[in-house]
Amino acid sequence: MQPFKILDLEPHEQHHDPKDYAGALPRWCPGCGDHSALNAVQKLCYDKQLPPERTVVVSGIGCSSRFPHYMNTYGFHGLHGRAFPVACGVKSRRPDLHVFVVTGDGDCCAIGAGHWIHALRYNMDLTVILLDNNVYGLTKNQTSPTTRLGEHTNTHPRGAVVPPLSPLTVALGITNTSFVAQTVDWQPAHVYNTIRAAYEHRGTSFVRILQRCPHFSAHIFDAPREDPSLLLFMEHEQGISLEPAKLQKFPNRMTHDPQNLDEARAIAEREDIYPLGLLYRNENAVCYDDFTSRGLGMPQAERQVAIRTAIDKFVI
Amino acid sequence: MFADLLTRNGNGIWTVEIIPAEIEPPKRSRAGASGYRIRIGSHAVTNAGDTADIVVAFNEQVLYSRIDSGALRPGTLIFTDGSWLADPNERVAKQYMDAVADFRARGYIVITLPIAEECLKYADDVRKGKNIWILGLLCAIYDLDQAPVHQNITNRFSKKGEETVRKNIALFSAGYEWALQHVEQRFHIPSIANTKPMVVMNGNQAIALGIMAAGIEVCSMYPITPATSASHFLASAFEQVGGIVHQAEDEIAAIGFAVGCSYAGKTAVTITSGPGLALKTEFIGLAVMTEVPLVIVVVQRGGPSTGLPTKVEQGDLMAALHASPGDSPKIIMAPATIEECFHFMITARKLAEEFRSPVMVLSDANLATGQQPFAKPVFDPAWLAPPLDLSPVEPGSLPFAWDPETGLSRRPIPGQRGGEYVLTSLAHDEHSHVAYEASINQRAMRMRSRKLSVLQSALQPPALHGDPEGDLLVVGWGSTLGTIEEAVDRLRSERKRVSSVHLRFLSPLEPGLKAIFSRFRKVITIEVNYSDDVGDPYITEESRRYSPLAQLLRAHTLVDIDCWSRVPGSPLPPAAIEQRLREELSKVVA
Repeated sequence: MQPFKILDLEPHEQHHDPKDYAGALPRWCPGCGDHSALNAVQKLCYDKQLPPERTVVVSGIGCSSRFPHYMNTYGFHGLHGRAFPVACGVKSRRPDLHVFVVTGDGDCCAIGAGHWIHALRYNMDLTVILLDNNVYGLTKNQTSPTTRLGEHTNTHPRGAVVPPLSPLTVALGITNTSFVAQTVDWQPAHVYNTIRAAYEHRGTSFVRILQRCPHFSAHIFDAPREDPSLLLFMEHEQGISLEPAKLQKFPNRMTHDPQNLDEARAIAEREDIYPLGLLYRNENAVCYDDFTSRGLGMPQAERQVAIRTAIDKFVI
Repeated sequence: MFADLLTRNGNGIWTVEIIPAEIEPPKRSRAGASGYRIRIGSHAVTNAGDTADIVVAFNEQVLYSRIDSGALRPGTLIFTDGSWLADPNERVAKQYMDAVADFRARGYIVITLPIAEECLKYADDVRKGKNIWILGLLCAIYDLDQAPVHQNITNRFSKKGEETVRKNIALFSAGYEWALQHVEQRFHIPSIANTKPMVVMNGNQAIALGIMAAGIEVCSMYPITPATSASHFLASAFEQVGGIVHQAEDEIAAIGFAVGCSYAGKTAVTITSGPGLALKTEFIGLAVMTEVPLVIVVVQRGGPSTGLPTKVEQGDLMAALHASPGDSPKIIMAPATIEECFHFMITARKLAEEFRSPVMVLSDANLATGQQPFAKPVFDPAWLAPPLDLSPVEPGSLPFAWDPETGLSRRPIPGQRGGEYVLTSLAHDEHSHVAYEASINQRAMRMRSRKLSVLQSALQPPALHGDPEGDLLVVGWGSTLGTIEEAVDRLRSERKRVSSVHLRFLSPLEPGLKAIFSRFRKVITIEVNYSDDVGDPYITEESRRYSPLAQLLRAHTLVDIDCWSRVPGSPLPPAAIEQRLREELSKVVA
């Protein structure tokens, strides 16, 4: 991102160890996909040496949204569905902060769907991680917007009755979306590379991680786990790479230019495979940060004169 | 423009904008036409007053809605637009003649104006000329000099070119001359030249200016009447002052964004009205729970639901007080004048930060759109928020190190090394760790509640208007200050033992109320709110529902406080209050 010189911050020469980013011991269930994202984000913070005091993880409510507690940075564990507006507010006048948003399929795609759509359009410099396990876990097994048709839950004991929403097609349909990627929790190296690419992109980077809930959706990804040809690995020099040895594990690969929005949409709509990698990136999308940071460097004296002038306009 | 001229002249004014809920209501409908009410005095005018002396009606049908609302009296001078007589639709001309005859029968003095004919002498389009022509007419009737008005017109239209200025001055002079020749009535309202510099603005502009003067850099909002105009002003003013208006995707996102800003150290404001307040309540609870400083302005309108979007009411007091799931102690202030709309914003930001709490400022449609002159605020740089302190936090300090005596604690701000913590909307302890033990919740609730008690101890008891004891005490809050005091003054001039007190803090309440109430034989609240009437045959003493302030004060003081409240969608006239107080007094004294 463009560095904003607004606050007189000393450059940080302090070196941080991996443990500097680890907060409370995670209370997620063993086998939960959330652990993979947490490991990747902590590693990213370490690799980038992000100052913990200038890193903010914002979440909503749900299993995934406990994420900030397990980081040793600033965190905001707020309201169900409302992580996006908070994160945008945090970033608006503090461009010096590194802001992550961690959300779940209920939090992002149901109760917070309106904010999700507009956050993608605002395209502020946020790294967004959607932990999508196709189910409400914390409230014990209710249908989520991404629950597959026919999948049994406590709210639909005979199976979900409406086809699921595709977070990828939604994200790719929003004007000014600038980064859309997908990864799977059982490929930790790919999870890391995806989150890293997302962090490095200036704008709202939207990463969906497919993962299971060990209690309520334990088997939903058995097929692609057992048969890697069900994963479509998108390759491109501008995309998300993997080291060659790991790449060999993905027999089904295609070249996809992440600037090709039409092709990205076509891939996202496929129901026979799970696309993996960077679907779309636009480095020229408008960043709302450029508007929200307006006037940040204004000296107090200049501000005072402007306020006096504003009052004077009402003098009779 | 007329109000502006009068204030420049040194007259006191109070204006009320009458705004329909639609942009273009059907032509000639009885309800729904917009209007502007101006009360003029030699001294400061504190309210909209009773009945009108003069009415200018471009459409005579709308006068029926004004008659219904009690705005006219026998002897009111009505100017109507006679152009309707020439309307191609014969029914319109007949309707016009019938209405004028009816008005005269009701005792009004009606003068028909040849607006179209006169304006077309100077302008191509009557619609663009008639306001200035009428301004000329009014200036003649009110005995104002022409020269300053010419200057005013020149200033206003100079951007549009000399030709436009010339046309408008000609229209003004024509209206002025027409009045001199055709209208006998004159009003001369002496003015006292202003000794101090004065400003004139409406309540929303005052709030917007106050936001800037408080050093708030972010106003996060979603459009809602009658609050939005404050953000219009800020959107352009912030360009010079350095700040932003964030127009969010909805009311919830608007407050969420403001909370995010505040959490990151830049205390923000969100502006809304009743329906928006309803949507924001979950975040208000979060701000209380997580002790995020935040200023929430609620410009109240008629409710419930969409209600009367452009009209005045004070119905959101209880909604504000209880906005949030669970117990949510928060600071609530209510400016009573436009001048207070300005200054309360500065206090609100300071209180929000000192008490680490949301502060709600309840204005209303009457203050929002009314214009009033007041002494120009002398800007003090100390009003501004101090620059962000990002120095490292002392090792071992906690995000909620509640002082057991005050409940106050200092919050770390992202960027402060050593202060890293995870704010959580869940019940939490001093470390901001999720509270899994019952005792922590009890203690945390007590600490958040204690802050209000501390604030109350720092407040002064409210000042009384009138004697400190007597037969009747009127309690009000918000924009009704002027009208209540005028009614009280009228009765006091007859040596009636009535006083009033006006509350600026609703949470915590100002101290000493019970002692003040105890010195009067009866206490009654007057509000622009709904309450069941005592005389209603379907209402019993047990079932009667009181207006919000009365409910609050009864619960708070255990004094048997009565209420009188109405929801006419317009400010309460002093005469109506006076009449009601007279009735109460006769009961009390008997």
